[in-house]
Amino acid sequence: MNYTLINLFFKAGSALRRTARRSAAFARRLPRRIEDAVFRVFPWLAAIFTFGALLFLIGHILVNGVPYLRPSLFALEYNTENVSLLPALVTTVFMVLLSLLIAAPLGLFTAIYLVEYAKRGSRLVRLVRVTAETLSGIPSIVYGLFGSLFFVSWLGWGYSLLAGTFTLSIMILPLIMRTAEESLKAVPDTYREGSFGLGAGRLRTVFRIVLPAAAPGILAGVILAMGRIVGETAALIYTAGTVAQIPTSLLASGRTLAIHMYALSSEGLYTGQAYATAVVLLVLVVGINALSAALAKRIAKG
Amino acid sequence: MRAVFMVSALASILAVALICLFLFAGGIPAIGKIGLPEFILGREWSPGDIPPVFGILPMILGSIYVTAGAVAIGVPVGIFTAVFMARICPRPLYRLLKPAVDLLAGIPSVIYGFFGLVTIVPLVRELFGGNGSSILAASVLLGLMILPTVIGITESAIRAVPEELYDGAVALGANHRRAGFRVLLPAAKSGVLAGVVLGIGRAIGETMAVIMVAGNQARMPAGILKGIRTLTANIVIEMGYAEGLHREALIATGVVLFVFILLINLSFSALRRRGEK
Amino acid sequence: MRNMLKFQLEDVQLWYNDFKALHGVTMDIEEKEITAFIGPSGCGKSTLLKCLNRMNDLVEGCHITGKLLLDGEDINATQDVNRLRRRVGMVFQKPNPFPMSIYDNIAFGPRTHGVTSRLKLDGIVEKALRDAAIWEETKDRLKKSALSLSGGQQQRLCIARALAVEPEVLLMDEPTSALDPISTSKIEELMADLKKKYTVVIVTHNMQQATRISDKTAFFLLGELIEYGETEQVFSMPRDQRCEDYITGRFG
Repeated sequence: MNYTLINLFFKAGSALRRTARRSAAFARRLPRRIEDAVFRVFPWLAAIFTFGALLFLIGHILVNGVPYLRPSLFALEYNTENVSLLPALVTTVFMVLLSLLIAAPLGLFTAIYLVEYAKRGSRLVRLVRVTAETLSGIPSIVYGLFGSLFFVSWLGWGYSLLAGTFTLSIMILPLIMRTAEESLKAVPDTYREGSFGLGAGRLRTVFRIVLPAAAPGILAGVILAMGRIVGETAALIYTAGTVAQIPTSLLASGRTLAIHMYALSSEGLYTGQAYATAVVLLVLVVGINALSAALAKRIAKG
Repeated sequence: MRAVFMVSALASILAVALICLFLFAGGIPAIGKIGLPEFILGREWSPGDIPPVFGILPMILGSIYVTAGAVAIGVPVGIFTAVFMARICPRPLYRLLKPAVDLLAGIPSVIYGFFGLVTIVPLVRELFGGNGSSILAASVLLGLMILPTVIGITESAIRAVPEELYDGAVALGANHRRAGFRVLLPAAKSGVLAGVVLGIGRAIGETMAVIMVAGNQARMPAGILKGIRTLTANIVIEMGYAEGLHREALIATGVVLFVFILLINLSFSALRRRGEK
Repeated sequence: MRNMLKFQLEDVQLWYNDFKALHGVTMDIEEKEITAFIGPSGCGKSTLLKCLNRMNDLVEGCHITGKLLLDGEDINATQDVNRLRRRVGMVFQKPNPFPMSIYDNIAFGPRTHGVTSRLKLDGIVEKALRDAAIWEETKDRLKKSALSLSGGQQQRLCIARALAVEPEVLLMDEPTSALDPISTSKIEELMADLKKKYTVVIVTHNMQQATRISDKTAFFLLGELIEYGETEQVFSMPRDQRCEDYITGRFG
């Protein structure tokens, strides 16, 4: 890997950064022309740094990982020879489906309550909002800790898919709630009025008129949550565990793709396969997020 | 049926209640046994000693330094990039860059960590010597990781500033750049601040990426080129084999982290409410 | 020959929280006639209209006193507000077809009230579209989205949708204010037909429209019913000075 170019790149970057900070304080005393020159250059530099770093990251992983994408990496059973990622992939799929099975209805129903039924400014509404915001700020390791204490130990489920699933459900609940709520709010009130005017009750109005109209947005949020689940690690290490085989039951332990990647890279023995696993993980997450974005764009268009 | 929806709404309340309950019930007794000042201000973390010592000041400082570093790098770059995207960048390029920022936001932390491990750490090692796993490496990596957060919110804030403000400045004789920075940015201040706070929250809570590049030595910070351990890393690294008081001390570490973040969010909300007045 | 009284209002008062929007309205509305509510913005005509099918129930902080009878029964006493809204249909100011096919829009009402047979629904949809004078334009595109219709067509669709549940009353809240003149006249023609079978109450800020189509006219000002009578009389020889001022355009 050629470090000289990056060398320069990073050196220049950090030097400029330091100068920027100091010069910002003197900005007011600077003669106009220098100020203008500085302010014209910095945004460009910053953008180049940001997107350059992105390109470099993706490129580096692809370049080093694709050559190692061999069929043996996708073998059904993991062993130390092939370090197959397929069991981890299967576990990930289970995890996604099960977590969404719990969190999606809960989040959606909560959003329905907040938007369609609750009185404005009621105490319950404010409490729900505060707790949802709190939940969304909690770091994933704290979720993992809680999951370990509650699901694994106190409820006695041990390291299991079930423990991991429930932990993840709580984690993505605020996300689904927020996107569902926004989607429901975006449905024009005129639709509801029309429905009530025809003698339809609130439940029917919500399920036949409002939900279908809000569906794409809700779906986009669910898919976004999927992306988060796939990338999650810290919350799962001590809840779902790290066993490298396909779990045989809900109470069995299993590692997700992201954990598998972490294991490979920290063991230090399988760098090539680690890169390859990173490629698969990256493609998966990017694909899921792109899908969600495409859906969101389709709604915006009409 | 309304009842069903209402009960669902209780789920998030129940979740927060349970989390608080189990974390505090698990961690507070440990803090009691170790002693609050010994825990929070203790400069040594040696669970293996007889008797074991549980001071988390090294990790608190570790988290703070690494977050500060991330902010020092990520915030200026993020703000300037947001300015670029909101004001300077041509339309066709923007259509490419906006999804790129979302892409950055979606990359899992293990991949960032891995990238840092194979790229940033060797680079630091080559440029500055030493092991490479260091506060510097962690700061650069975290700075990169919080970029999408800062960029996203700052850009929205800039775009939200009404055009009239900008026009007014230009009419008074200021040119583009001057009007941009002297007028737009201050007007977008609260949005920018929101982005920074969110970025701080993300940096403090980050675990996997930091573990892979920060060295994880559980001792007081010894210099920007030396390794440290953050609060998050502390939990993840030792939770697997900790027992008894050691385990409770780790839970207590989680409690400290939780309270930290709550305080940050609370003070931010309070600041925002005061700002609105 | 006197028609039966469809609605009987006695001292109806309405508050939105602390703001009093209607000050003791007393009037009777005869069946199978077109009654127009006119008056300047904010005079309460739409508010009163929405009392007739209890759409105001949806507004938080709104409460009503006084007697409001439909065929002799107190509207506000009944629990089954959905049945009331089936008998008293509404067409809104801006056309608001659901984001579904034309067929599903019309069928929504009947399906809500229990009709499931495909055959029956087909019949109801066709009849409603014919009654709203829009069958010819839509019969070949029933499965297409209702949003693909023009503004005037959408409004006639909404009328058809309201008719599909076989109401007794049709409330129309400024139904043509958002439409072009051609669509407007098509709908006015339609209304002349509708009054043969339905009681129609229309809110309009267009006085010419009121004179064109309505049998009776009620003039409101600041939440009070100022004048009410045969349309011809109200417009040619108003008894109240304020009504005359409004009609002659001294204020609007």
